[in-house]
Amino acid sequence: MNSFQGDTLSWQLLDGTIELALDRAPCNEIGRSMLADLEKFIAALPSLQREAHALVIHSTRKEGFCAGADLRETYRVAQQLPKGERLAALRDFLERIHHVMNTLDEAPLTTIAAVHGVTFGGGFELALACDLIVADKMTRFCFPELRLGLIPGFGGIPRLKRDLGNAVVRDLLLTGRSINAIKAQSVGLVSQVTAEGDALRVARSTAAQLKKFDRNTAVAAKKFIKPIPHDELRKEIDIFCDLFMRPAVDAGLRKFVESTDAQPYLP
Amino acid sequence: MNAIDQTTNEVLRLAAEHFKVQRDQLSPDDDFFKKLGINSLQALDLLTRIEQHFQIELPDYELQGVTDFRTLAQRIQSRL
Repeated sequence: MNSFQGDTLSWQLLDGTIELALDRAPCNEIGRSMLADLEKFIAALPSLQREAHALVIHSTRKEGFCAGADLRETYRVAQQLPKGERLAALRDFLERIHHVMNTLDEAPLTTIAAVHGVTFGGGFELALACDLIVADKMTRFCFPELRLGLIPGFGGIPRLKRDLGNAVVRDLLLTGRSINAIKAQSVGLVSQVTAEGDALRVARSTAAQLKKFDRNTAVAAKKFIKPIPHDELRKEIDIFCDLFMRPAVDAGLRKFVESTDAQPYLP
Repeated sequence: MNAIDQTTNEVLRLAAEHFKVQRDQLSPDDDFFKKLGINSLQALDLLTRIEQHFQIELPDYELQGVTDFRTLAQRIQSRL
């Protein structure tokens, strides 16, 4: 299937580059519907990658790349389930999203996240699963999970630790502050910063350049320099599940969902 | 004009440009959420513009509870 139009995303294979476009209002929150569509993409990937050398992930939403997990859905689902079933449902969701992220992380393609605007939480983690991040200068990266009494749960900490110094990881994680694209480039997170609205064009241009190189060499190089931190990723799921079951998280999620605060995204 | 007034004027100009409103419609003591009709994500856009313009880092937790341009300018001033 060289092209697909789902409820929350679409993809197409064009001239050796797969373009995966996230498109779910308001800002590509990752809930069950987005996860299901991402799983369809992962299922189609073995066939797509036979004809492709690069994957570009981007967002069609004006607000940004992705605001992370769908916290309203998370809260609603948790409230509907008996306490004993919450943990199993959460773990199932995490296992599935980790499978998606791990598959993207180790795909035998060069993967590029073309990001703009809000790139928070799970959206940041999706970008971190890619090989390169091309960021519009209006991009903001953030892990706001601590304000809810959680840690990032889609593989963010192990991947950030893999790519950056531990001090930067601690800063982002423990303060929950957001950083702009220039700062993100200065710490080594972003490979290219573009003018406003230009991230996708630059990502396409980068993908076109990659096509000139031998694919097998690129795959071997990626395998050598981008190990998947499987043990830490497993540990992250366990820690997230332990934290999630505490009453403080329930209260934090309720506060977020019911908030009329003008700044609910600000930690 | 003192430094804080100058910074306030710059912030008002940046906000007017970014949100496409007339500069003279904005005043230092305006609640920018209400006056501009913006949400928290749009406020982050303004923060990015400010960081780029003044070449500073302004952690967003310093803006917690800040709703008017004058106080915002004071936060910026403390980073210059």
